[in-house]
Amino acid sequence: MHRLAAFWESSVGKKAVMAVTGIVGVLFVIGHMVGNLQVFQGAERLNAYGHLLHGPLNELIWGARVVLLVAVVLHMVAAWQLTMRSRAARPVPYAVRTPQVSTLASRTLRWGGVLLLAFLVYHLLDLTIGAVNPAFEEGNVYGNLLGSLQRPLIAVFYIVAMGALALHLYHGAWSSLRTLGVAPESPSPLKRRVAVAIAVIVAVGFAVVPVAVILGIVR
Amino acid sequence: MELNAKVPAGPLADKWERHQFDLKLVNPANKRKFTVIVVGSGLAGASAAASMSELGYNVKCFCFQDSPRRAHSIAAQGGINAAKNYQNDGDSVWRLFYDTIKGGDFRAREANVYRLAEISVRIIDQCVAQGVPFAREYGGFLANRSFGGAQVSRTFYARGQTGQQLLLGAYQALEKEVQRGGVVMNSRSEMLDIVTVDGRARGIVVRDLVTGQVESHAADAVVLATGGYGNVFYLSTNARGCNVTASWRAHRRGALFANPCFTQIHPTCIPVSGDYQSKLTLMSESLRNDGRVWVPVKAGDRRPPGDIPEAERDYYLERKYPSFGNLAPRDIASRAAKEVCDEGRGVGPGGRGVYLDFAASIQRLGEAKIAERYGNLFDMYRRITDENPYQVPMRIYPAVHYTMGGLWVDYNLMSTLPGLHVIGEANFSDHGANRLGASALMQGLADGYFVIPLTIGDYLATAKLPPVGTDHPEFRRVEAEVSGRIARLLGAKGRRSADSFHRELGKLMWEKCGMARSAAGLTEALARIPALREEFWSDVHVPGSGTALNQSLEHAGRVADFMELGELMCRDALEREESCGGHFRVEHQTEDGEARRDDTRFCYAAAWEWAGEGAPQGLTREPLQFDNVTLSARSYK
Amino acid sequence: MSHDDTMQITVRVWRQPGPAAGGALVSYDVPGVSPEMSFLEMLDVLNERLTERGELPIAFDHDCREGICGMCGLMINGVAHGPEKATTTCQLHMRSFRNGDVITVEPWRATAFPVLADLVVDRRALDRIIASGGFISAPTGGAPDGNAIPVPKPAADQAMDAAACIGCGACVAACPNGSASLFTAAKISHLGLLPQGQAERFRRALSMVQQMDLEHFGSCTLYGECQEACPKEISIDTITRMNGDFLRAAAQPPVREAATGSI
Repeated sequence: MHRLAAFWESSVGKKAVMAVTGIVGVLFVIGHMVGNLQVFQGAERLNAYGHLLHGPLNELIWGARVVLLVAVVLHMVAAWQLTMRSRAARPVPYAVRTPQVSTLASRTLRWGGVLLLAFLVYHLLDLTIGAVNPAFEEGNVYGNLLGSLQRPLIAVFYIVAMGALALHLYHGAWSSLRTLGVAPESPSPLKRRVAVAIAVIVAVGFAVVPVAVILGIVR
Repeated sequence: MELNAKVPAGPLADKWERHQFDLKLVNPANKRKFTVIVVGSGLAGASAAASMSELGYNVKCFCFQDSPRRAHSIAAQGGINAAKNYQNDGDSVWRLFYDTIKGGDFRAREANVYRLAEISVRIIDQCVAQGVPFAREYGGFLANRSFGGAQVSRTFYARGQTGQQLLLGAYQALEKEVQRGGVVMNSRSEMLDIVTVDGRARGIVVRDLVTGQVESHAADAVVLATGGYGNVFYLSTNARGCNVTASWRAHRRGALFANPCFTQIHPTCIPVSGDYQSKLTLMSESLRNDGRVWVPVKAGDRRPPGDIPEAERDYYLERKYPSFGNLAPRDIASRAAKEVCDEGRGVGPGGRGVYLDFAASIQRLGEAKIAERYGNLFDMYRRITDENPYQVPMRIYPAVHYTMGGLWVDYNLMSTLPGLHVIGEANFSDHGANRLGASALMQGLADGYFVIPLTIGDYLATAKLPPVGTDHPEFRRVEAEVSGRIARLLGAKGRRSADSFHRELGKLMWEKCGMARSAAGLTEALARIPALREEFWSDVHVPGSGTALNQSLEHAGRVADFMELGELMCRDALEREESCGGHFRVEHQTEDGEARRDDTRFCYAAAWEWAGEGAPQGLTREPLQFDNVTLSARSYK
Repeated sequence: MSHDDTMQITVRVWRQPGPAAGGALVSYDVPGVSPEMSFLEMLDVLNERLTERGELPIAFDHDCREGICGMCGLMINGVAHGPEKATTTCQLHMRSFRNGDVITVEPWRATAFPVLADLVVDRRALDRIIASGGFISAPTGGAPDGNAIPVPKPAADQAMDAAACIGCGACVAACPNGSASLFTAAKISHLGLLPQGQAERFRRALSMVQQMDLEHFGSCTLYGECQEACPKEISIDTITRMNGDFLRAAAQPPVREAATGSI
């Protein structure tokens, strides 16, 4: 137990926790995104998918929910603690500071994370619990989705959140492998092709749904 | 004073082996009862501190920089010699010994140089074990390169950063001992005096450069590893902080200073570009393999180099030394450059420069080949001068690089002040009148890793050392003297900065005691330096206080000591009426302008003894005896 | 090729009398700056003038002035070591600036690097990281022949790339988190890549990372700013290596340390 505590206490250990939990999140959003795309195959198909998850696969889903919850909590706590440490590491800021190569994605990682957390809460209230969705009806995944996204403001919020997700993935998917010490060496280590692909595919894959709803392609 | 070098008897090759047996040992349990102070944390100091701590001594190490890793050993580029004979090209301990003693123009002590060559092989082993990333061949074995003054390939290197890597190895060993508790490291602490009790060195007085506090540290022995004094010339390839203060303070307390006039001028440095210049940068000597050195035939020719036709160029090294040409040795090439500039044919701002032209080589080999060989050097040149050496010739000029002279030490590396040991560039022992390339690193590490840890034991085991603490009245007295000196510097409240005095002294030293020295010039310098020193003490302006970080004050104290050293250098140069190695007296040259050594009158080390403020130092000679080599003249025609 | 015209520069310099005192940016006009001057020589000239005027010169660290000792280091217009890539402050020349420029000069900022005066900071935390394990325990005298352990050339070259670190602290200064990861990782990589360094490899990674945290450096977000600021262009690949060594070390069963006594 002492070693585990020491691991958690160290900055590299905490980063490793963030990397592993982040990778869990990446795998989840990829799966979630692929599932979502069934909306283009019509209401029946999507609702059937929903029934499958909440019926026969119910235990599995609850297991996944627990894993995801733990991952999100660990990710958040580690991020918070590391942020506090980094703030403490430079209490006096520079009068002039000119970033050279750090990306917008890396510099907005923390606030972007906060935005994603807010989105997550809303999203759960909207489409899982239904508390903020006036059209919510248990089991009617397709209808709930339409009910939510046909409100333009909400659709825009979803799209913006997916932008934040793209930035988060653009940095996180790349850095997690380095944090875990498994990224191959590179003559230009700041280049990240795979991470770009993941970020674009996931964000676009999610965002097409609200876009399609607004444009009336999905009705 | 009688000098006893304590060179062991017996055949040269057996001396060190035998001596190691004869040295008295300190019982392992007793080592922890002894404290040794090491001043300086370069190759010599860091390796000595780490090794003595490993043996069990309590070590206190001091450096003026913010970290021991900054010491100027770090700037050495080329490599480190060792008689490994990995190349099977006929190298041996004896050959390295011979090359070094000949390279020093027969003005070093045979036994010391032989020991250096003998230890050289163990240094490489030690550094490899520490993780120094020496260059390797594809088979994984150590690579070697050739260097000046030798016909075998025996130089080990780590790119162009050999000094850095060796120093980091020693520094890491030092930090390992800091962690273990064997060494207490005091950085940003400048030694300002040495304390003697009953005729023995028993401690030092330092100034904490952050708080300004003057503090004492007591010990059973003191080791100085404080480097050379090239900055007496103001402009040199030395780091800005390099200074003579520790050595000089020891000299004033009774340690004899030997061969101060033996200084090395390196021929290929980037020339001075303006009055504000603070430092000269060395360019590797290897450039002369493919570059041709020339100046215009006509004095005062200000045309750009490209507009000067071949017929109006003087490739003076090729003209004067047809067989060695552009590869003439350092001292010869340096003097030749000075001569053509004195004739008004120098190039660039101020006329203090000569061209090093790669046009012919680029035409012959192509730009790519030249870039492959010298790319990093060309980049460095471009960064500093903003000129593209692929298109216009480089401008180079000689610069002060190394000082062979230093505190006199015996075979055990102990000075004439009992208990005070001196290692590395700070002592005078191994390089005679000229140092070969890749030998400075070798000496620093030989002294630090392998000699001083043994010889200090002999001193500690045999000397009578009653306990002395910093409450001893001698410490109080020296502290008061140090504080008084600081107060005097701060109190002068004159009009000129210490830096301006340093520049003036440096210019004078460079002109009168630089590459070519004459009786008239040295006599003139000997008259002007005391006057300058007097002016310094009455007209220097040191801003700020003594009780805080004050870089002006640090500098002023160092300049004050350079003033005294400069005078002694001129006296030593005047007294040595011969030309040898880096010391060239214009009166003593052959008809074609080569150095003329005088072995009948000057085959000795000149050791000078402090005789009090303003009084000329007394000279003691240590005759140099050559039982194993034949003294011969050097020729490069 | 040569610049005869001099420049008028204004520098805004952080002035702070001592470790405990407050500080502020103070502006100085520096006329007559030659483009051939190094940045530090420009400060030398300013200091000479300040001294002549009876003001306190600006304290800044420097030593070798040829880019290898690692003593110099200034934040120049918000960039560690200034605008030129792979260049220490001492090797930066005024030709990188234009006539009339206003240049802000600040010390390295980090909790682990307290300001001692003006632009001078205390970087001994880096020494303590090395002391915690940045070495190979090879006591003097016991080493086998240098060629006894062949080191593959690629490993030697890669180790040398990492070993080129000059310990200036620019990586810490440039990092938005004030992390010393690149410094620590460079040493862990240098020693961990060599066969000689294997015996202590994992212990080294654990203790150096621990010390880095104890010194109040921030954590690594892989911004990449450190690599860009590094005058020796050390790659963040070293950080990947450090993380890997640390995690492998953490996964190993704890080794019971035998009691070690001093000899």
